[in-house]
Amino acid sequence: MRTSRRMWLVFFLGPATVVFAAFITYPILSALAFSMYAWEGIGRRGFIGLANFARLFATFPYSGLLVNAFWHNVLVFVVTMLIQNVTALGLAVLLARSPWGTRGYRVVFFLPVMLSLVIVGFLWALFLNPIFGLVNKFLTLAHAGALARPWLGDASTSLLTLIVVNAWRWLGFPTIVFLAGINAVPEEYVEAARIDGAGEWDVIRRIIFPLLAPAVTIIVLLTFIGSFNWFELPYIMQGVSGAPNRATDVLSLLFYRTAFGEVDTGLQDIGIGSAIAVLMFALLLTVSAVGAVLLRRREVELA
Amino acid sequence: MRRRALVGLLVCLLVAGFYPAAATGQQPVKLTFWSWRVEDKWAYDKIIQAFQQRNPGIQVEFVPFKATEYNTILSSALTAGKGPDIIHLRAYGGLETFAAPGYIAQLDFDKLPELKTFSRQLLDGARGRKDGKLYGVPFATQSLVIYYNKKIFAQNNLSVPKTWDEFLTVLKTLKDHGVLPLANGGKEGWTLEVMSGVVAPNFYGGTAFYDAVTRGQTSFKDTAYTNALAKMLDLRPYMHPNFMGVDYTTMQQQFINEQAAMFIGGSWEIGFFKAQNKDLDFDIFVAPPSKAGTTPWVSSYNDGNYGVNAKTPYMDAALKFIQFTATREFGQMFTDMLAQLSAVPGVEVRDPILKRVQELSRKSTPYIMLVGFRWQAPTGSTLLQSALQGMMAGSKTPEQVGDEVTKGLSAWFEPFQGR
Repeated sequence: MRTSRRMWLVFFLGPATVVFAAFITYPILSALAFSMYAWEGIGRRGFIGLANFARLFATFPYSGLLVNAFWHNVLVFVVTMLIQNVTALGLAVLLARSPWGTRGYRVVFFLPVMLSLVIVGFLWALFLNPIFGLVNKFLTLAHAGALARPWLGDASTSLLTLIVVNAWRWLGFPTIVFLAGINAVPEEYVEAARIDGAGEWDVIRRIIFPLLAPAVTIIVLLTFIGSFNWFELPYIMQGVSGAPNRATDVLSLLFYRTAFGEVDTGLQDIGIGSAIAVLMFALLLTVSAVGAVLLRRREVELA
Repeated sequence: MRRRALVGLLVCLLVAGFYPAAATGQQPVKLTFWSWRVEDKWAYDKIIQAFQQRNPGIQVEFVPFKATEYNTILSSALTAGKGPDIIHLRAYGGLETFAAPGYIAQLDFDKLPELKTFSRQLLDGARGRKDGKLYGVPFATQSLVIYYNKKIFAQNNLSVPKTWDEFLTVLKTLKDHGVLPLANGGKEGWTLEVMSGVVAPNFYGGTAFYDAVTRGQTSFKDTAYTNALAKMLDLRPYMHPNFMGVDYTTMQQQFINEQAAMFIGGSWEIGFFKAQNKDLDFDIFVAPPSKAGTTPWVSSYNDGNYGVNAKTPYMDAALKFIQFTATREFGQMFTDMLAQLSAVPGVEVRDPILKRVQELSRKSTPYIMLVGFRWQAPTGSTLLQSALQGMMAGSKTPEQVGDEVTKGLSAWFEPFQGR
């Protein structure tokens, strides 16, 4: 009995462990190793310890680029939390009251999540084209032509524009998670509160929000990981260089650029690229772990 | 599919190892040729046919990859000890990345006597910086020019400007008549570097400055250079008001659809413009100098090379193929089919616009960052492109651009250290 159970465990977990080791553990370890070697083009040379990290922090322009990209990631996280997740929570509260056409709304909100990110990127790049794009055309028609601008080419609007497009794409996901959380709140609690004379706002604030804590934990963590690994959308819409003038540069783009080079522009520096990858991994791991512990503790307190 | 091909290849290698006579005698040698020129496959297939007719024992397969992924794919294959027999390589620093670690076979005039006739400037794009050895056969030379729509010029009674001031007058006339004078944009930094490659050399003094800066006698902080960059700001009023959001494709479409009168770009556009709009009546001129009568400088460079994998089992056959790419027959086919200037000397150019590019490029100067400063990261191009976006958007002065580029390059270009 016991051996056959062990056999089954090996049978089911074995392939997953092998795949995980080959495609996750090995690359992370090799990036760590690569970051400690000198590189000549694509050829690996001698072991140099932490010299790549020292170079990353001490030489212009890498030091500045790293800090610049890091703060952009922070901004992506904060703004996404504010506009995407707060909106999603509001929509979930409204949808939970089952207004007329709830099912239709749910489908509409979730639809962009099912579109390929590449399609979303190209589509919005076309909408935002400064010459023939829909957005500027619409603004001109609405007598707000003064607001028309090169949304993706202006350093003051490009990153925010990308964040808004990203939120448009993802909005449905936190909405559905929050909605499921709200629907899981036992009806008795709400009824009891109502009998005690609680108004609409009190019910939301004192009953529903505390019981939503597990859903909030998941969304905050996923938003954090998504924001600090953010790559596809800026890559599709702005290219690999974080244009214009590094206004949309984020850590993943900086990593990709230094590790693999920019076509017809920049050369690869695998040492620096691997060092950035290691830093990103360490940052994500630490913050996610600490964040998970703190948010879980909060869940317990609130419950 | 690919794995099966790989297993097949390994089996072939094994068999070849046991029966060397059979491999070299009866079986034709199969070479693979990797490239990033997906759109040129039809032309390469024809060129390869001509080669195979002449060399019945050798078969060549042209395998192109997406340009943006080519370097990543090639790097992975070469570091894993695999890769094609013949490699389409970029020039200068793009070649050095693969040549310096020893992945590309060294060539010389004994192996390829045809290379002796190639121009020195082009061969420099096929040399390793560290050892000065040759690693490839250059395939094309590109020049940076200004395209203009002849119909729009005629409608506005304009002729090709001879001086910078005349150029600005032409631009102003077009704008006053409600025509967008320049199709150029700034969303993609490299298109701004191209623009600087067209505008700046006449003002910084062409090759004399290039020589001085590459020898480390001066830097990009030199007012000669920063004042030359400042001339790009003269053009800003004649680009689309939202030009910072205009990407490369939109630039091309504006010119092809006759929405804009001029396009500052490279000679590689000729074939594409013609294919996209058969009725487009266009020609080229080069950036006019400040004084009439002086011959203007034209930035040009070696576009790339054909090299041989140092680990190919078919070295002789692969050398035979790249030797063919150095012949006039190849150069003629290349120029005729792809509307680009072949690197092979003595090729007859039949396309009138391309012929003009060839004539105007007689007084050529190296495209400064690509030829001189794209050898290590951070490259001069990376630094300049990003800084130029700042300059054109108005957040950086030309002096700040010069500072930033010099400071960034000092990470690996010693003469700039401490400047």
